[in-house]
Amino acid sequence: MAKVRKGVEVSIAIADAVAQADVDVIAAYPITPQTHIVEHLSEIVADGELDAEFIPVESEHSAMSVCCGSSAVGARTFTSTSSQGLALMSEIFFIAAAMRLPMVMALANRSLSSPLSIWNDHSDVMMVRDAGWIHVFVDNGQETYDNIFCAFRMSEDPEVMLPVAVNLDGFILTHMIEPVMYEDDELIRKYLPPFKMKNALHPDNPVSMGCFGMPEIYTEAQMNREMGVRNSYPHIIRAWDEWGRLTGRHYRPVETYRADDAEYCIVTMGSYGETAMEVVDTLREQGEKVGVIKIRLWRPFPLEEFRKAALGKKHLIVLDRAISFGTRGGPVATELRSALYGRPGAPSVVNYVAGLAGRDVSRKDFTNIILQGKQKAASGDTEGFTLYGLRG
Amino acid sequence: MAKPMDQITWQELETGAVVVEVGNSTQYETGSWRSERPVVEKEKCIKCMYCWLYCPEACIHQAEEGHFEADLKYCKGCGICAAECPAKCITMISEEK
Repeated sequence: MAKVRKGVEVSIAIADAVAQADVDVIAAYPITPQTHIVEHLSEIVADGELDAEFIPVESEHSAMSVCCGSSAVGARTFTSTSSQGLALMSEIFFIAAAMRLPMVMALANRSLSSPLSIWNDHSDVMMVRDAGWIHVFVDNGQETYDNIFCAFRMSEDPEVMLPVAVNLDGFILTHMIEPVMYEDDELIRKYLPPFKMKNALHPDNPVSMGCFGMPEIYTEAQMNREMGVRNSYPHIIRAWDEWGRLTGRHYRPVETYRADDAEYCIVTMGSYGETAMEVVDTLREQGEKVGVIKIRLWRPFPLEEFRKAALGKKHLIVLDRAISFGTRGGPVATELRSALYGRPGAPSVVNYVAGLAGRDVSRKDFTNIILQGKQKAASGDTEGFTLYGLRG
Repeated sequence: MAKPMDQITWQELETGAVVVEVGNSTQYETGSWRSERPVVEKEKCIKCMYCWLYCPEACIHQAEEGHFEADLKYCKGCGICAAECPAKCITMISEEK
């Protein structure tokens, strides 16, 4: 494929990116709203446009098991899922990270049952946030397309060797038709070297993976894993920097918009970042000194970059897309509060949870959240969270 | 194992805790778990190999005299061989005796 700007459904752009990345194995089970990604990939493989194994498994548990097997032998591996599918594969999802098996997942974020819902929020990814995967969040179609390649580069880096999830909001992104700049195959080949699995399963060089761990060794194995995730950070930056150098599109673990001189900021993760930026433009015209902080890299958590963006601000208004039941906070706000605790210049944190199961959060709602949030922060009302738009 | 398990540091583990030293489970002597050991009446053994087949530890081998017996370095004393033996030539004896 030559470099071309296309109007394309984001799900199709993901499938096309996976094909351009020349994957060897795709194992996935269709689930709303990820379906188009997998359907289109199965067509690409069936039409002979991509020389890969498309393995139509009987469940997500099997999908992730197949991915572990294919990664273990050194095959470039892709999967995609959502919500209940992620829940069903969660057993193997953790194992993929623990066994340091490189693979890329497009995770079309969707709420968890019950009540049963097919729409978008972040309750599915928050269930597995501590699994040891790298989690990237994207805002739009272009970022999704780009980050499929970046994710393969990060995942298969010999210094990283971790599975990577590219989190994109279900429907809001998966089913949207957007202009996406496709890159030339030659550029992709240059950016993505062939995958060489360390200690790959092969009869000539037998190894044992996923062994039993007695109490004498389990603690050491967990620390080895923790350091693996922590140490992936500079290599994630390198993957993004190299992509930026080749394409002119740059990514950072924490990105800011009109935040440098802002007195307070709204913090978002995922596609709401775009609405937030528009609303901030309008509010700036009205004299509000407000900016946006976007968390792009959720794991490993970019502690230093986040602090750099946040310290010195008066308030942060954190928009969560999930509830961590019983903790009186959304998962993002809880973590940011912890990152700021006891730091000189730490802003006060007001937490809103909004847009659960696809309930629309309009520009007007964003304006309300920002202005009400500022008032709450100024009056010291920073405990817990507010469920925005809740009746009763 | 190059080192006993309880001396390996986290830095020394392979990525993903992969074990690159193949077959090192033989260095883990599970025989210490045993409370009962299988004792074979050699002359009753019909050499059907059922015990060899059923042993979950794969620690049963054929002795020079032709009968089958467990390697007590690894035998956990589960008694499956005794339960499965069609010639009833294996008896589980308490290690306390």
